[in-house]
Amino acid sequence: MKAIEAQSLTKSFGDFVAVDRISFSVEEGEIFGFLGANGAGKTTAMRMLCGLSKPSSGFGWVAGLDIGRQSEKVKASIGYMSQKFALYDDLTVRENIRLYAGIYGLPDRLIAGKTDGLLAGLGFGEERETFVRDLPLGWKQKLAFSVAIVHEPRIVFLDEPTGGVDPATRRRFWELIYQAAERGITVFVTTHYMDEAEYCDRVSIMVDGRIAALDEPAELKRSLGAASMDEVFRLIARGAKRGGE
Amino acid sequence: MVVARELRRRYGETDALRGIGFEVGRGELFGIIGPDGAGKTTLFRVLATLLLADSGSATIDGLDVARDYAALRRRLGYMPGRFSLYQDLTVEENLEFFATVFGATIEANYALVADIYRQLEPFKKRRAGALSGGMKQKLALCCALIHKPELLLLDEPTTGVDPVSRKEFWDMLGRLNGQGITILVSTPYMDEAGLCDRIALMQGGSFLDVDRPAGIVAKYPHALWAVRASRMSGLLGDLRDKAGVLSCFAFGDSHHVATDGSLGPAELERYLASRGHESIEIGRIEPGIEDCFMDLAGAGEGR
Repeated sequence: MKAIEAQSLTKSFGDFVAVDRISFSVEEGEIFGFLGANGAGKTTAMRMLCGLSKPSSGFGWVAGLDIGRQSEKVKASIGYMSQKFALYDDLTVRENIRLYAGIYGLPDRLIAGKTDGLLAGLGFGEERETFVRDLPLGWKQKLAFSVAIVHEPRIVFLDEPTGGVDPATRRRFWELIYQAAERGITVFVTTHYMDEAEYCDRVSIMVDGRIAALDEPAELKRSLGAASMDEVFRLIARGAKRGGE
Repeated sequence: MVVARELRRRYGETDALRGIGFEVGRGELFGIIGPDGAGKTTLFRVLATLLLADSGSATIDGLDVARDYAALRRRLGYMPGRFSLYQDLTVEENLEFFATVFGATIEANYALVADIYRQLEPFKKRRAGALSGGMKQKLALCCALIHKPELLLLDEPTTGVDPVSRKEFWDMLGRLNGQGITILVSTPYMDEAGLCDRIALMQGGSFLDVDRPAGIVAKYPHALWAVRASRMSGLLGDLRDKAGVLSCFAFGDSHHVATDGSLGPAELERYLASRGHESIEIGRIEPGIEDCFMDLAGAGEGR
């Protein structure tokens, strides 16, 4: 079974077709980069895949669940993290984990053990009772990622997880992504950093609501004669008619 | 044009600015480059006369940001990081409003914004709140320019913007700069450093260095290598284990490895082969601004 599958997935707002009949699939355990210019339709497509927005037409399956008809089950089966990580500053590290574990429906008897394991894995033993607002940015980011996968989802959606982060922290974050992928979690990630596109197994580039290109980074560079993913992106997104969110 | 001395500013327990000093010459395009939380916005707010520093001083064109704020505001154009135009006014009304507030007219200074405003003109009756992100950014730049400021302060104008639109925006800045406007711009994207005359690398409320981009690169103290092998994932850990490797991070399709003088490429290749790596490629490279930033910021624990 594919981790994600879209068939002619479409979302319209009035006359405006934000996502226009996109079809693609993501393999289990794959790191899939979902790229596109501002306004290309990435966020709308991602919201549909996460069960937050109903498709106008077409179909999509995430973890084998129909995103149109089983959106609540989809939400429970995935992890999600955005650039503005949704951690609670006024709660401690432990309380944040406890909260998310509860929200994701982990039974109480498992939560304590899960929390200890997660804190140990992060090397946060000393910080378990530290307020999240007092953590350095890089630590918050690690914690946000860890709570997004606290329920061991098969797929995690990362929406510009590294925006505005310093270069070393950004790279350490990708090392976490690799670890998750090695454990078999499928990673679906958007980014504006084109060097990060290189770290994906495959990337798609959306232009004006359609998927204009989809392949391995090396293959995209080869077929377009481009030296970098930055150049690939420019060549493909150059034809865009739409601008802005 | 801009002279800052020992600027300090705290918010509660947090030192947002820890003694910032620098100068920007007339006509320069000066970039302040650093991640979220570096203090960039605080510095811009102090220079834009919107926030008082706890200590230190800053003058723009000889006018003090604290004492001469009223006179300074006529000479500054400030574009905050967050979209701050009137969402319920149309494109045209916003521009008209900002011109009027500064005692200017759109007609008098149209030449300055024409290049950018032309792209907005088809939407001039649209409410600003209904514009796309790229269009909002262009309108905000027009509104910051319409009173013909001598200094433009642009706080993260390209954050969250895709690479194609970012390039367009920098092209616009280059043309404005060519018309004699001094520009101070901040960004978290290190690849934009090369588009500035001089840059300051900022982290934790301090400047790590201030120089021309080429000057910063020239000061990089280590030997830097791009390393690839058929199996990239295990490569990072193996490189970090090797004595003589100062830091190692993924950079696109290769790893950048900083070494001290004791470790040459031949030895590195032998070592990697002994760890079972194949198709090893090692090439000496020039550092980029990100390499320099990580080194200056003490990311040496990346080993």
